[in-house]
Amino acid sequence: MSKEAQKERSMVLQKEMIAGLFNDLANAKELGKKVCYTFIPGNLSELIRTFDMLPVYPEINALQSAMRKKSASYIKEAEKNAHSEDVCTYVKCDVGMMMKGNIGPTGQKIPEPDVLLLSYTGCFTFLKWFETLKREYPNAKVIMVHTPYQENAEMTPEMIEYMVKQFTEEVIPQFEEVTGIKYDEEKLKKHLELAKEAEDWITKIFDTTKQKPSPIDAYFAGVYYIGPINIGFRGTKKAVEYYKELYSEIQERIRLGLGPITPEGEMKEEKYRLVVEGPPNWTSFREFWKIFYDIGAVIVASSYTKVGGVYDMGWRHDPSRPIESLAEYCMNCYTNLNIPQRIDLLSKCIEDYDADGYVTNSIKSCNSFSAGQLGMMREIEDRLEIPVGFIESDLVDPRYFSYSNIKNRLESFFQMLEQRKAMETVNNK
Amino acid sequence: MNKLENLIVKCKEYAFDLDFNRAKQWKVESEDRVLVGYMPIYFPREILHAVGAMGVGIFGGGDRKQIIKGDAYYQSYICHIPRSIIELALDKHMEHLDGFIFPSICDVIRNLSGIFKQLNVGKFVKYMDFPQNFLPEVGGKFYQDEMKHVLKYIKELNGVELITENLNHSIELYNKNRRLIEDIYNVRQEFPWRMSIEDVYHVVRAGTVIPVEEHNEILEEICAIINEDIGTPMDKIKVVVSGAFCEQPSIGLIKAIEEAGCYVVDDDYMLGSRMILSDIDSISDNPLETISNAYINHSQYSSSIYDVHNPKEYRLAKIAKERGADGVIFASASFCDPSLLDAPIFQNAFDKLGLRYIAFQYSENINQYKVIKEQVGTFSDSIKLWED
Amino acid sequence: MKKYYLGIDLGSTTSKAVIINEKDEIIGRGITNTRANYKVAADIAREEATYDARFTLLTQRMQEEIDSKPEFKKYMQDIRSVFQYRQFKRRMDSLRKMLLQTVDSFSYDNKEDVKQALIKILNVIEPQIRNEFVNEDLGSKNQFFRDIVSERYNHEVEKAEKLVFEPLMLAFDKSITPVENEMVQYNFKELVDESMNVLEEKYKGLVDEPEHKDREDWYYAELNAVKSNYKNVESTLREHIDEIADEDIHIANMIGTGYGRALLPFPEDCIKSEILCHAFGAHAVFPNTRTVLDIGGQDTKAIQVDSHGLVTSFHMNDRCAAGCGRYLGYIADEFGISLNELGPEALEADKEATICSTCTVFAGAEVKELLHNGEKRPNILAGLHKAIVQRAMSLIARSGGVRNEFTFTGGVARNQAVLKYVKQMVTDSYGDLTMNIHTDSIFMGALGGAMFARRNIEVDLPSKK
Repeated sequence: MSKEAQKERSMVLQKEMIAGLFNDLANAKELGKKVCYTFIPGNLSELIRTFDMLPVYPEINALQSAMRKKSASYIKEAEKNAHSEDVCTYVKCDVGMMMKGNIGPTGQKIPEPDVLLLSYTGCFTFLKWFETLKREYPNAKVIMVHTPYQENAEMTPEMIEYMVKQFTEEVIPQFEEVTGIKYDEEKLKKHLELAKEAEDWITKIFDTTKQKPSPIDAYFAGVYYIGPINIGFRGTKKAVEYYKELYSEIQERIRLGLGPITPEGEMKEEKYRLVVEGPPNWTSFREFWKIFYDIGAVIVASSYTKVGGVYDMGWRHDPSRPIESLAEYCMNCYTNLNIPQRIDLLSKCIEDYDADGYVTNSIKSCNSFSAGQLGMMREIEDRLEIPVGFIESDLVDPRYFSYSNIKNRLESFFQMLEQRKAMETVNNK
Repeated sequence: MNKLENLIVKCKEYAFDLDFNRAKQWKVESEDRVLVGYMPIYFPREILHAVGAMGVGIFGGGDRKQIIKGDAYYQSYICHIPRSIIELALDKHMEHLDGFIFPSICDVIRNLSGIFKQLNVGKFVKYMDFPQNFLPEVGGKFYQDEMKHVLKYIKELNGVELITENLNHSIELYNKNRRLIEDIYNVRQEFPWRMSIEDVYHVVRAGTVIPVEEHNEILEEICAIINEDIGTPMDKIKVVVSGAFCEQPSIGLIKAIEEAGCYVVDDDYMLGSRMILSDIDSISDNPLETISNAYINHSQYSSSIYDVHNPKEYRLAKIAKERGADGVIFASASFCDPSLLDAPIFQNAFDKLGLRYIAFQYSENINQYKVIKEQVGTFSDSIKLWED
Repeated sequence: MKKYYLGIDLGSTTSKAVIINEKDEIIGRGITNTRANYKVAADIAREEATYDARFTLLTQRMQEEIDSKPEFKKYMQDIRSVFQYRQFKRRMDSLRKMLLQTVDSFSYDNKEDVKQALIKILNVIEPQIRNEFVNEDLGSKNQFFRDIVSERYNHEVEKAEKLVFEPLMLAFDKSITPVENEMVQYNFKELVDESMNVLEEKYKGLVDEPEHKDREDWYYAELNAVKSNYKNVESTLREHIDEIADEDIHIANMIGTGYGRALLPFPEDCIKSEILCHAFGAHAVFPNTRTVLDIGGQDTKAIQVDSHGLVTSFHMNDRCAAGCGRYLGYIADEFGISLNELGPEALEADKEATICSTCTVFAGAEVKELLHNGEKRPNILAGLHKAIVQRAMSLIARSGGVRNEFTFTGGVARNQAVLKYVKQMVTDSYGDLTMNIHTDSIFMGALGGAMFARRNIEVDLPSKK
């Protein structure tokens, strides 16, 4: 196979997966499949698949809308309806999209939910989101899964017990009721086995940034890579196939000493290696990315790519303890870690991947990420004596992305890194 | 000054003593006493009382504390209360508090618990994950585990074991506390002019930082006084204030609402002190379970509690009706996710139910009320006109 | 040929230019508050700096005489002031013309009255200003053209008849901006000539001054010396003037910085972030500084630097003008006074009124209410100044606090009340440490830029100085 075709194959696979899902969703009624809305942190795709349901992720709809420049009008619609300017823009975008007919980012209508699986994981706003949606879809069944916060940096037996009971006494019986399908634990185990495999691959993939130059960008491209495991394909053969393919493509890049692919071609010279904390901006995604690759900055690790599960420390789904696995998985998502854990994880990334600088993209409408980032930044700066940069933007509201401000601050940050490098070179001579 | 005024003055001092001196005084009286600071909304203080500890309510610095260090931790689009709490911590106002509890109210307070841990404030810091599952053997069990966790921390400090009789006794005291507060609100429902909402606020808030025994005495005296026919009725409408359950409005703002023409006959300012809606059984042999069941079955709604099985908009509507309120004022702290995200739910429902409301935002250090008074005054006038 | 280096800092409110020599010494400074496009601002600032540079060179040529003869010292000081006056006058003449034109274009019934009133006012303030330049060293106060004129103009207009008040204010508003944005061409030699004539007049007319206890002895020594010997100075001066007037101030390299830097017609490696320039400039003047606070017109920067002047971290507040220079501008407008009157009046307060609004615009409403409630003006002003500093303190706290030494730069550092609160709050929060405040604080960004230009930082490092 030619190199060109090889490069594209993983992208093709992913596109197929996603298109397939949206197609199925558009035809859910005909296919007789139940539709389950849920969230990415704490996404129980394996369990949803065990009951043959189709997942919908309102967060994904929101970010896709933003990338297609539709979010501004959706947000306006929501704000006309008493939503405050200051609350999560994912919610407003979703609510606005719904008010305007629920036409999804691919132009196909998104079916109404049969189940609102309120995976209350790492984000308080999720609670409000589905409370709001329940008022809009009175016939949908809302199922609460309360994921306890790792407040003391641990998953205690009580926390696991609490979650396991919720699964066995609420979630599974209600899934059975809605779908009319009996719970098949063997089926779940098979999905978990595949999930474990996919998780092994994704960990390997994000580890490739140890190379110099790094063959991938673990933030801007990273969000594409985590697509399959986050939007319902974790636990499927397709996902495993995708990640295998992706990994071999990356290995090829390493063999050839190539840097990451960007929308404008390969990034030529790797000048700065960064760790980024915080979600990306979706409305000006390309412009934002460009500021980095234009100057030769590659992101070697990011916290956002871990919102759907933190696999760095070796945790994997374990088919031999299926329900406990689901519980642990939920509790182990990035935004469900406490602040000291987050600091430790980011510090580890900085060290493991030899980063030159640490950047925080503080998102106005996301308190879960943002509240505490300033303290985290200072702690990391002190601990590792590493240059830190701080910029502010938003998820999907274009009004809160000021290109000139961000460019100004990032430029100053890069020039700061440049000076330090020059200084180090002098000292090392 | 008459008796009521004296009591109010005392409560005013307690309520806004940012050094928590009364609590400090209580602590030094005996060696095994422990002080546990708790943030909004609610914490079952009974269990603290039963093991020689006292809950100390931390509601931020309001407009009484200048913020410099606190702002270093928070971007501009985050509410004000965590800033003043950090300022109080870093300025050593809370040195004598042994531990801190952060109830699950929102992500900002949740993350604040992590910052406290990072800064090594207090001997223990616990984020209290109140259950969002309401099955007694699932959510209730977890809640009991959480409470046991707190008791474990306290035991490490003072060695006191939890004894059933003691906890039952504590439950009795807090039952009484809640009953008395409810009595005040019940009197004001009929005769709001007998005591201003500002005074009620001071009294209830004082109860969060002094021993419950002392508070019960104060409350009893006040109830006796306001059961008499005192004060002069004024031509004001009756309202319920909702949404101000965490970051507190300044006293000036609380006053301003009544000054602008509204008797506040119910509110959620000090929701935590009134969270449990009926007496908790105080003669059971598993009081922790009883407390847990009381929370699960008989607690007030809040924006931080999953409510799909018992929608809050109807509960608020019911409260407004029962209090004979003419309308509802939604007062949200700026940037407050729980309050602001609930706004569309409440407002859409109220539109359908034909209930009148207005909404505004404030911050704890607000001292400019012109705009809000304008809004509230207009609301009050328009309702009076409609009545005519 | 001597090499000079230029740094241009295009801020949001003012544009600055600094010229340095090969020893990093500042030879010329220029500043303008024109709000025309960035190119015009850069040009005006650069021109100003160049004239200033010539003057400095002239002074340097005569340094020997200046050091040895008191009359030279006094003369050169005076001529600097007068020189600035002559520059001012050019613009003032332009303004007079523009004002009369504007009034002519009005269609008020009482146009003639307005015109007469205008001429009367100009005839009062022009000599006033002249006197302050020539005899009271107004030039050294670094005030902007607009502020110098508007302060006195407004004062006179207040006294005028009610019916002409509005048209007079309107005429000013319409005329000042185009005049401010003009690129006035000066001829250096001509200006010096004119200045010498003015001085001649001044010295001839000097009556023996009674000794004033506020003046030092050397002042009278110099005054007497110059009275008798100014002719000598004049002739020495004329020897040097021709040289200097024509000398090419060769700019070997330049760096542009500030918000508008992307619009400068400089190649990319001649543009540097204002964070780095500011830090570098501040560090050059105060080598032991570790924290730099810059409150500009529209943004505030808290910068931490190391011993080499390299930035280790920074924090900017650039989304909101509350707490920046613009805030002061709004306040000045609200109170109907000029920017330089703000600080002094605020210092008269006996306590600070509490200002809660975090927003510049809403603070205006708060101020009105306070005034209405009888709060004293100085107290309100003090409260507003304190509020700005509080915001700056928050930003500093966010960037890691204040490390010894602390340098305060930016245009706002010229305000005495701001300085007072900065000193107070830094000491309160961080203890007693050295605080550096410099009259050149507004030029630090441009200075840093010029210094980078000299080092051509790609190749050289500060450590290789």
